[in-house]
Amino acid sequence: MSTETSTWATKKGLAQMLKGGVIMDVVTPEHAKIAEDAGAVAVMALERVPADIRAAGGVARMSDPALIEAIMNAVTIPVMAKARIGHFVEAQILEALGVDYIDESEVLTPADEAYHIDKHQFKVPFVCGCRDLGEALRRIAEGAAMIRTKGEAGTGNIVEAVRHIRAVQSGVRALAAKREDELYTAAKELQAPYELVAEVARTGKLPVVNFVAGGISTPADAALAMQLGAEGVFVGSGIFKSEDPARMARAIVQATTHYDDPRILAEVSKGLGAPMRGMELGTIAEADRLAVRGW
Amino acid sequence: MKIGVLALQGAFAEHIAVLRQIGVEGVEVRLPSDLEGVSGLILPGGESTTMRKLIARWELRQPIEHLIESGAPIFGTCAGMILLARRIVDGDEPVFPMLDIDIKRNAFGRQLDSFETDLDVPLLGERPVHGIFIRAPVVERTGPSVDVLARLADGRVVAVRERNVIATAFHPELAGETRFHRLLVTMASDHDEPGEGSERRRHPLRRDTGGRAAP
Repeated sequence: MSTETSTWATKKGLAQMLKGGVIMDVVTPEHAKIAEDAGAVAVMALERVPADIRAAGGVARMSDPALIEAIMNAVTIPVMAKARIGHFVEAQILEALGVDYIDESEVLTPADEAYHIDKHQFKVPFVCGCRDLGEALRRIAEGAAMIRTKGEAGTGNIVEAVRHIRAVQSGVRALAAKREDELYTAAKELQAPYELVAEVARTGKLPVVNFVAGGISTPADAALAMQLGAEGVFVGSGIFKSEDPARMARAIVQATTHYDDPRILAEVSKGLGAPMRGMELGTIAEADRLAVRGW
Repeated sequence: MKIGVLALQGAFAEHIAVLRQIGVEGVEVRLPSDLEGVSGLILPGGESTTMRKLIARWELRQPIEHLIESGAPIFGTCAGMILLARRIVDGDEPVFPMLDIDIKRNAFGRQLDSFETDLDVPLLGERPVHGIFIRAPVVERTGPSVDVLARLADGRVVAVRERNVIATAFHPELAGETRFHRLLVTMASDHDEPGEGSERRRHPLRRDTGGRAAP
């Protein structure tokens, strides 16, 4: 009987275990404990939440390994960490630390403008951002075992997240409706490998788990993402930039489980204090948009 | 027949898909009222710390304990196995302490140590079960009334049964494996309508059949 570690099934499988859950950005071990106590299924360890990365400007890089380790030691739930797009050495470092998932993330400043990381070369699984079905399938072809729609991180504004999850879901539905002989052209148009395109057309869903990220800041936002077809949510700035993070975190967890029950959504949305302030997308210059990073 | 699948978080859709494959309706359970009319219950994989909090918040603990006590079959995978254990080694309080085992969470390490291997499960026949272990727990002690269903090559226990409760540290629902679910359904129909000459809580596939005559 042979035993194999870090297989495609175990990489993809961990994301399956996170479904219906909330993955929270945390910047300290104390935040990580608050997130775990609130019912987060995993935490994303980083030095600054996206809203602060946006405010600080400059080049955003992988977080200090000491911080990531401190967070790994603080909680028993899985810990994810971000590497820059194309920065495979940051990814090697994160793998050496033993993080449970790497997010090759547009929230950090890209390190390569042509090539994403060849994620098949790693034992640790990767999650990547996308704005539509073609981008999702290109990342999966490179080895991503989980996908998240990008939204516009650090804005507290759900509008881009809604655009992206709708684009992915309607892309899937459109493929499922095609004749087999139409899939070759569809693959060309999606700029994605034919085999993945054919699989989506046959099964009517993405080959890996898909979460929504970027702009979720209330329980209602999380439930909206879930009703639009997300299998779970990432919440970045939305928790620790709100007035009462522990309470907001609990409420978003409850709303993600009971996303289809408006009575419960009403109950858990009561008296949460102010959510993060949020930004109108029109006020963000094109050059400051994070979602356009990656291709 | 309807089998409930705890759907607070985790891989519940995968279990419902396996049930569908063997022709049984799976029902998502998020609130106590969802348990009405189910003949058995699956506790899926996911994050046990998250499920523990949501079970408490939505007052599912008592109704699920009553279901287990009634003799309805229960199947826990990975996090589900942790929820059923009488003792959790790292010190967390048990959730449904109905299975007389000690369990260690994340017993193999972090995600990089997740693995796949074939397992002998004599109860399910000769064909091995393909075990997918993801940040999996392991059973460190089994009580006298617990049957060991499967061990790793090094002897560690990864599948058990005690009366109407079955639990695995791995994920049959990710491996195209239907035999555990078939067993659950057989136990559920036996619980719903005990056959002639049999009694409740005495399942025909159980090893110590308590002197029940062979068919």
